[in-house]
Amino acid sequence: MSTPTTALKNFKLEPSTSEQTAQLAGALTEKVSVRDLNFFYGNTQALYNVSLAIPERQVMAFIGPSGCGKSTFLRTLNRMNDTIPGTRVVGQVWIDGQDIYAPEMDVVGLRRRVGMVFQKSNPFPKSIFDNVAYGLHINRLAKSKAELQERVERALRDAALWPEVKDRLKSSALGLSGGQQQRLCIARALAVQPEVVLMDEPASALDPMATQKIEELIVELKQQYTIVIVTHNMQQAARVSDQTAFFWLGKLIEVNNTEKVFTAPDEKLTEDYITGRFG
Amino acid sequence: MEHHRILDRELDNLRDRVLLLGGETETALQRAMFALVERDTRTAQDVLKYDDEIDQLEVEIDRLCVDTIALRQPAARDLRFVISVAKITPILERIADHACNIARVAIDLNDEPQLKLLLDLPHMSELASNMLRAALDAFTSNDAASARAVILRDDEIDKLYNTIFRDLIELMVADSSTTARAARLLFVAKHLERIGDYVTDICELTVYMAEAAFIKHSK
Repeated sequence: MSTPTTALKNFKLEPSTSEQTAQLAGALTEKVSVRDLNFFYGNTQALYNVSLAIPERQVMAFIGPSGCGKSTFLRTLNRMNDTIPGTRVVGQVWIDGQDIYAPEMDVVGLRRRVGMVFQKSNPFPKSIFDNVAYGLHINRLAKSKAELQERVERALRDAALWPEVKDRLKSSALGLSGGQQQRLCIARALAVQPEVVLMDEPASALDPMATQKIEELIVELKQQYTIVIVTHNMQQAARVSDQTAFFWLGKLIEVNNTEKVFTAPDEKLTEDYITGRFG
Repeated sequence: MEHHRILDRELDNLRDRVLLLGGETETALQRAMFALVERDTRTAQDVLKYDDEIDQLEVEIDRLCVDTIALRQPAARDLRFVISVAKITPILERIADHACNIARVAIDLNDEPQLKLLLDLPHMSELASNMLRAALDAFTSNDAASARAVILRDDEIDKLYNTIFRDLIELMVADSSTTARAARLLFVAKHLERIGDYVTDICELTVYMAEAAFIKHSK
């Protein structure tokens, strides 16, 4: 198995993405690296030769029009697409040098390391405490009740929800507001101490106040986690991310530092998209 | 896309307003120099009177820039354009202020005997006006190469300034009765030299707008 570093040297990318990936990888520690990734839904190809390096403890945003493949690509990073019948992956994804599509890969363990938060908050019809404790229970990650309580509290604190729920941990999670439910889902993802958190439009269903809390949370969380976020809200990508990747028709067109993408992107397609002159 | 058309309309409007401001500024400079050379006090007074309208135009463009940023959230080349306009506008207003200062000198000098000295001030002023026009053309056509070419011409203005400065000092030394008038002309030369610097600033912003390159202070 080749390591990401070796693999990066052998990358055969489009000139722009090749240079950008090398720059990003050179300056920061690489957490996730993807090489020549192709993805198929049956006979339909959704991703074409995507190569990308995601730096550790940074926020990378994926932007692009609907159907461009950004969510599909996000889900390849923890093999969530495996659950969809008829899908096929060609190419490699490494996390910390480990090929996640290798036959010996423990997919459950992978998803513990690479957590996910979805567009629509999906709390279980259980108490707030049990929602966060769920992953710890099924993965047997807490050795005692005290440790379980401590880890639930830490996850709720990390998700900036603790002050709002500490006095009603036994109440139903379904009684929380939309924004609180989404932060609960983030707490649930954080409870198992993942290394990477994937977020698929995590604030698209929330009001501006709740959205702001989620965005501030994302910026806080990057101190500990590598975060990848799919968003249709370009201002959100600009506000929260360190790097932005633009996808179009299943291809990665450009990945660059976020300030570069939003002030002077290298690719005309990227510029046309972010200035609203697309199509 | 409706939003796109609205933004384009607003950006076109901003461009038109800046060009109007640029045109008015250029006219103010030309008329101030005409008033100085032709000893025409009335034209000089017109320059001063019209400055309020230039100031109002600056305020209007400022507001348009703030509104566009707040309401349309422009990105990439659109953002660079709005930022450049927001920075170019006060520069143009300052050039107009220099034209006013030249007009004031013209009014003062018209009350006194004319100096019998051939100076290059009209040539210097023509050069500054041409540079300003070329800078505004480069801005309008998003042409970084032309903007860079204009920047190089600032050296000619600086050389003329140095020559005029030397001539006027020599005149003051040779004939102390000319000191007050020569000092005023020295100020005119300095205003023109500053206008050359401001035109350079406009060109640097045009390069930023066109290429996203920061060339200010990069020599």
